Amino acid sequence: MKFDRKDILGIKDLSVDEINVILETAESFLEISTREIKKVPTLRGKTIINLFFEASTRTRTSFEIAGKRLSADTINISASTSSVVKGETLIDTARNLEAMNPDVIVIRHSAAGAPHLLATLVKQSIINAGDGAHEHPTQALLDMMTIKEKKGTLTGLKVAIVGDIAHSRVARSNIYGLAKMGAQVVLAGPATMLPRGIEQMGVQAFTKLEDAIVDADVVMMLRIQLEREKQNIFPSLREYSQHYCLNSRNIKLARPDAIVMHPGPINRGVEISPDIADDLSRSVILDQVNKGVAVRMALLYLLTGGNE
Amino acid sequence: MKMLLTGARVIDPGQKIDAIMDVMLADGKICQTGVDLLKSVKSKDSAKTKVIDLSGMVLTPGLIDMHTHLREPGQEYKETVASGAKAAVAGGFTSIACMPNTDPINDNRSITEFIKRKALEADMANVYPIGAISKDSAGIKLAEFWDMKEAGAIAFSDDGKPVMDAALMRHAMEYAWSLSLPVISHCEDTNLSAGGQMNEGYYSTILGLRGIPVIAEEAMIARDILIAEFTKTSVHIAHVSTEGSVRLIRAAKKRGLKITAETAPHYFTLTDEALQTYNTSLKVNPPLRSAADIAAINEGLADGTLDAIVTDHAPHARTDKELEFEYAANGISGLETSLGLSLRLVREGVLTLPELIAKMSLNPARILNLPKGNLETGADADITVIDLQLPWTVDVHTFYSKGKNSPFQGWEMQGKAILTIVGGEIKYADPRLNL
Repeated sequence: MKFDRKDILGIKDLSVDEINVILETAESFLEISTREIKKVPTLRGKTIINLFFEASTRTRTSFEIAGKRLSADTINISASTSSVVKGETLIDTARNLEAMNPDVIVIRHSAAGAPHLLATLVKQSIINAGDGAHEHPTQALLDMMTIKEKKGTLTGLKVAIVGDIAHSRVARSNIYGLAKMGAQVVLAGPATMLPRGIEQMGVQAFTKLEDAIVDADVVMMLRIQLEREKQNIFPSLREYSQHYCLNSRNIKLARPDAIVMHPGPINRGVEISPDIADDLSRSVILDQVNKGVAVRMALLYLLTGGNE
Repeated sequence: MKMLLTGARVIDPGQKIDAIMDVMLADGKICQTGVDLLKSVKSKDSAKTKVIDLSGMVLTPGLIDMHTHLREPGQEYKETVASGAKAAVAGGFTSIACMPNTDPINDNRSITEFIKRKALEADMANVYPIGAISKDSAGIKLAEFWDMKEAGAIAFSDDGKPVMDAALMRHAMEYAWSLSLPVISHCEDTNLSAGGQMNEGYYSTILGLRGIPVIAEEAMIARDILIAEFTKTSVHIAHVSTEGSVRLIRAAKKRGLKITAETAPHYFTLTDEALQTYNTSLKVNPPLRSAADIAAINEGLADGTLDAIVTDHAPHARTDKELEFEYAANGISGLETSLGLSLRLVREGVLTLPELIAKMSLNPARILNLPKGNLETGADADITVIDLQLPWTVDVHTFYSKGKNSPFQGWEMQGKAILTIVGGEIKYADPRLNL
C-alpha cells in the first residue's frame, strides 16, 4: 500500500490499512536500535524540526533519536511558553520555519488543534506530538505496537483505560486506534474525569476501576496531572490513589496474563503501585518507550516518501 | 424633496399590513401610504418627487439590530462607529444598538456622547448606545444610568462580562426600571463556563476543547427571571442559544412576567459539529450548540418565546482570529449576513415573512422603547427594501464591516436588502437597482 498522507494529525483520520502499514514499518525498524552502530542512511539530507511548545522529555527525545537513527538532521525548538505569550503567532513561527525548508515539523502544543492550523499553513509534513486534550497519535501507535507484540493481535482484546479521560489526549487517540483495530475499550474514572458524550466514541465508561478491569487483557493507567486538583475534579491525590491506583489486589480482576501500561511519567503509588509497575511479567511500560522510537522512525520514513 | 416608493409588497407588522402599496416620504417622515399614489404626484409637483419603482420587492420598516458591537473607542482596527454603521445599512439595518464593551467601557456620559457624535458624523444608520451596568463592566459598582440616559443610552448591559453578583443585577434591574429603560442580560455563569471554548458535548470531547455547558447560560437566565419576578421589573435575555433557555423563558412569559429575549442567526443555522476543523470563525460566545438546540430555538421563534433576531455583530481583525482555537477571539461579523440567514427561516416555514420582519424591526423597537419599527403616517422614514429572490454569495472581502470574521464565507444566499433609507435619505442602494 502506498502511504501518501502529508501529515499525521490524529488517529481519527487514519484507516486500518494505514495503521497496519505504520506498525509493520515500525516493526522492521526495531532491529536498528539493537545494532552496535544504531544508524542507517535512509533519511540522510532530510531535516526534521521538533517544535515543542509544551515541556516534554520522553516524546521529544524519542523523536530526536528516531530522526538521528535514520540520519536525518534534527533540530529542537523548545518554546516554554505559548506563542501568544512569546509575542510571535504560531502562523508566523510556521512561515519562518517553512522558509528554512525542513522536511518534517513535529509539533507539541497545549492548544488542541494547533497542529491542524500548522498543517493548513505549511507545505511540510506535520506530525502531532500531542495537542492539548485532543490527540497524541504517536503514543497510541506505540501502545498498539506494544500490545500487538505482547498479545499477538489487537482484535478481540479488552483494553481498560483508567484515569483522567477528560484531559487525556492519550486516551482519545487510543480509543480511536483500538476501536478501529477491533479491540473493546472500557474506561474508568470518577465522573468528573469522564467527558460528556464519551460513550458516543464506542466505549463503555465506569466510575469504578474494578468494573472496568474485570477480564481485561490490557490495563492502561493514565497520568494524573497534579494541578487538576485545583479544578476540584478530585479532592486529593490521597483519595484518588485509594480508589484508582492499580495494585496487586485489584489487578487480580483482570486476566491472569493482563499487561499493564502507562504513557509516563508515572506518579508512583498514585496511578500504579510500585510493585506492579516494576513487575516485568506484567508491566510493559519500558517496552512502550522502546517501541516509541521505532514508531516515530516509521512515521518519519513514511512521510518523507520512504515507501514510494 | 419627496420620495415615492411604488409597487412593493409593503409589510408593516405593527399595522398588520401586507399588501401591494405605495409609500410617500417627505421631510424625513412617512407622509402617506396607499394605492396609486403616483397619480396624485403627477397632478402636482412631479419634478420635486423622486419616484422609485419597487415592483416585485418587499418594503418593510427599517430593520433594527438591538445587539451590535462597534469597537470604537479603543479598538478601531476591528471596527469604527462609521464602518459599523455603513455595514449596518448594507445589511438592511436602519438602526443599531451598540454594546458597551469598548475600550474604555461605555460606562459614563462622555463615552455615550462620543459614540453618538461619531454616529452623527458617519450619517448612516441610527446608532443607539447601550450603557454598561457596572463601572468598567467589572460587576462591582453600578454605573451612572441616569447620566448615560440623558446622553442617549437606551438600555444597559454588561454584555460579554456577565453580572455574576445577583444583588448587583437586582439593583440594576430595579434602578433601570425606575428610568423606564431595559436591562439586557448576557447570561453565563462564569464559574461553569470557565476556560470553555465551545459547547460541552460529544464534539468538545472528541476535539479535546474545554466545554461550555448549557447550564452556564440556563442557570443565569433562571436567576434573572426570578429577580425580575421578585422585583416586578423586566429583563431582556441576550443571545439565547439553548433548548433549556427557551423552556425557561417560555414558562416565565406564560406566568405573565415581563421577560423578552433574542437569538442570533448563527444559533439557528450552525451546530458545534461544524467545529471539527478548528475553524476559529466558528468560535463565538455563547457557543454554537446542538441540532436539538436549533430545533428549540426555531420553536421559540415560532411561538413568540423569542421576540427578536439580532446579529450579535462582533467584528474582529485577522490577527484576533488567525490563532490557535484556544487563543482566538469570540465573535462573528454578522451585520451583512443576518437578513440573508434569517430569510431561510421563512423558506423553511419556521416564520412567516411578517413574523420575521417583526422580530427584526417592530419587536426590537418595542423592547428598546424606540419610536421606530413601523410605517405609520408621521413615523420616521426608516425603510428597508428587500429582494427576496436575489441570489448572492457571501464574500467577506466585500463586507463594509472591517470584521471579515464570518463562518458563512462562500455560502449561497437568497434574498438581500437592496435599498436602505434612513430618515428619508438613501443610505444604501444595491447597484442592481440602477438608481
